[in-house]
Amino acid sequence: MNEKTIRKSRGIATIFLIVIIMMTYLSAVITNFNLAEGLATIPKALGWIGANLIITPETWERLPSILDKLFETIFMSIAATTLAAVVSIFLGLMGSKTTKVNGVLSVISRGVASFSRNIPVVAWSLILLISFGQNSVTGFLALFVGTLGFLTRAFIESIDEASQSAVEALRATGATYFHIVNKAVIPQTLPQMLSWILFMIETNIRSATLVGILTGTGIGFTFDLYYKTLNYNAVALVTLTIIIAVIIIEMISNRIRKVIL
Amino acid sequence: MSLLQVEGLGKSYNLETKVLKNVNFEVGAGEFVSIIGPSGAGKSTLLRCINRMVEINEGNVIFDGMDVRSLKKKELRKLRTNIGMIFQHYNLVPRLTVIENVLHGRFGYKTTLQGILGRFTEEEKEHAFFLLEKLGIEEHAYKRCDQLSGGQQQRVGICRSLIQEPKLVLCDEPIASLDPNSSKVIMDHLKSITNELGITCLVNLHQVEVAQDYSDRIIGLKKGEIVFDGPSKSLYEDQINNIYGSEIRELITV
Amino acid sequence: MEVINTNKAMYIKRTKKGRINIKSGNKVDLVIKLTILILTLLTVMAFFFFDYTGLQLGRAITETAHNLKVMFLEPALSHFGWGEAFYQVGVTIGLGFLATIFGAVIALFLSFMAAENLSKPSISKTVRIIVAFIRAVPTVLWVLIFAIASGLGSEAAVLGMLFHSVAYLVKAFSESFEEVDQGIIEAMRATGSNWWHIVTHGVLPSTFTYLLSWTFLRFEINFGVAVAMGAAAGAGGIGFELFMASGFYFDLREVGFITYAILIIAIVLELISTRLKNRYFPATAR
Repeated sequence: MNEKTIRKSRGIATIFLIVIIMMTYLSAVITNFNLAEGLATIPKALGWIGANLIITPETWERLPSILDKLFETIFMSIAATTLAAVVSIFLGLMGSKTTKVNGVLSVISRGVASFSRNIPVVAWSLILLISFGQNSVTGFLALFVGTLGFLTRAFIESIDEASQSAVEALRATGATYFHIVNKAVIPQTLPQMLSWILFMIETNIRSATLVGILTGTGIGFTFDLYYKTLNYNAVALVTLTIIIAVIIIEMISNRIRKVIL
Repeated sequence: MSLLQVEGLGKSYNLETKVLKNVNFEVGAGEFVSIIGPSGAGKSTLLRCINRMVEINEGNVIFDGMDVRSLKKKELRKLRTNIGMIFQHYNLVPRLTVIENVLHGRFGYKTTLQGILGRFTEEEKEHAFFLLEKLGIEEHAYKRCDQLSGGQQQRVGICRSLIQEPKLVLCDEPIASLDPNSSKVIMDHLKSITNELGITCLVNLHQVEVAQDYSDRIIGLKKGEIVFDGPSKSLYEDQINNIYGSEIRELITV
Repeated sequence: MEVINTNKAMYIKRTKKGRINIKSGNKVDLVIKLTILILTLLTVMAFFFFDYTGLQLGRAITETAHNLKVMFLEPALSHFGWGEAFYQVGVTIGLGFLATIFGAVIALFLSFMAAENLSKPSISKTVRIIVAFIRAVPTVLWVLIFAIASGLGSEAAVLGMLFHSVAYLVKAFSESFEEVDQGIIEAMRATGSNWWHIVTHGVLPSTFTYLLSWTFLRFEINFGVAVAMGAAAGAGGIGFELFMASGFYFDLREVGFITYAILIIAIVLELISTRLKNRYFPATAR
């Protein structure tokens, strides 16, 4: 590197920094964000959390009903993820370069994936809520659609990455499409796919809380209920159970991942 | 009658460049032929036209009396069961066991359902072990392929192609990713396929010396055209220079 | 025992029935099978646990199909105009951007502490545990909790989103730092450079593009989160309009229009981040 290029890259860095600062300022203006106020909020909020988010003995009485809703939410996430994964495997096989059946199906599969992935889960929940009403199925379907898009993309990437050479070899032996998929692609990519499924279950438990608030189901609804009735002790308990559930599930899936990958 | 006839073969992946131009040659049963040439000469494409892993644009490939270019899907499968293929990067399924990978070579003989259920007969499995023993890797039969060395993986690849009971084996740069010792082991095995089992071998190589040591006949490919075709003994320095371009040649031998 | 006549017989494993095994029967296969089995069982069980209050499946499906048709084929604005729509989208992007930028700055410092090759094991461990804890709380809960303390506004939204952004980026950044060639750090240490020299002249220059890419990937995520916070926590922006259109006005055409607006931005962001991913980390799956 000579002096000129150093100066040039410094110039670019400076411009880049200025652009970032300008965009930050613009964002702050458009969203009415006040940095000083924001900073001041942090100690205030932490103080409030310390003073109010305390689990009192009476709150524990609510634990069974909270756990009931928590399990409903966990089951909802697992069911949505697993079923979405089954469909995603097919979409993934259609969409991948190495295993696609034909160009049209590949475009359709990628299109479906992109469409369902890029419309946020909140939008799906609100749309489904209109006719499915306030029950678990709404939340389940909203998570299902979002997961479908995400997993299809992940599976396409896994298949493309892991199995190109083996697919070529099996094609050369005269194996049929289903032989190739079943005996080369699936065995090779299954651990990676499983890892994505576990990741999605973790993510979906958190999203399920959000979806629950919107659709009035599961632990999200419970949280919203206590939040709106200002029962902060119960809010603290709900939050704690969510944290514990998420961490346990994360630990389990990390253990599984360590073995299979 | 020769086993394989290539007549006026032409192939292009896009409009501007032709990878293969009017390639003509014949290979008889039981021959061991090397195809040499610099990278980008079209060696891999030529092999893949023979079992139609890539579509043929011009000319004909006649294998064992079948016109490869016009084969329907089912007939193409049948053709491929008769042609084994060995790859530079072995192309095994790394997470599966050695024995499973070898048995993959039998799919050409199976219906979809049989293949999916993973039904292999005891004879097939015995045969797989026989081949593994022949190549000296029977002790690794239950290991995952990604636990083997490159040379061992290539031997699994050879077993997979032999269990097909092929008439012809296509080898695409079989030793390009191997060290000299493993390379020698692999080339010895390939040579014995032809000598002992009478299976024809068509081997892509970029090392001229190896081609001269092992093959009876050499085909020289340059920019998609055959520039040499004859016995290994009659391949002289100036022809090698013509194939590779003299300056590059010096770099390769050093 | 059968008579062993060839070498290969020693290595052949047979099932009880005398058939030759071709699977190695290792732990990995077992764990994979068990995991799939358990997930399947849990999924079946899930449908018994579900709360089906007020669900009329047949009617709901036909109605949703009709609604989707109206939404996506006849999108229109009725409660606000194009200008307002652009403004609201801008607010959502702005919220996402602020959370990402502040998150990146904070995460940069924390990730120095979290990276094992730049920090002490005890500090690294502590930071990681805190990050895991933060990640376990859903963003919407952070936003709602902050909203009580500071009132519903962009401050609560940005701060709430900040938590997850920091957690995500600390993980990504520290992993990038850990991938820096140990040789570079060792060589600089050998010349007598102190920690700050190593970070600013060795680690940062060699990871800068990764850090930028990760930050952009987080921005893509934060856009979606900002939409969600608008809808679920009243943080404003296009998400809030979506919530109003579907929950209060039941105006499907407007829902359709807003969904399209979100979709377009999301796809543009995704295209950019895919480019970045392919360019800067072709090998990783994430």
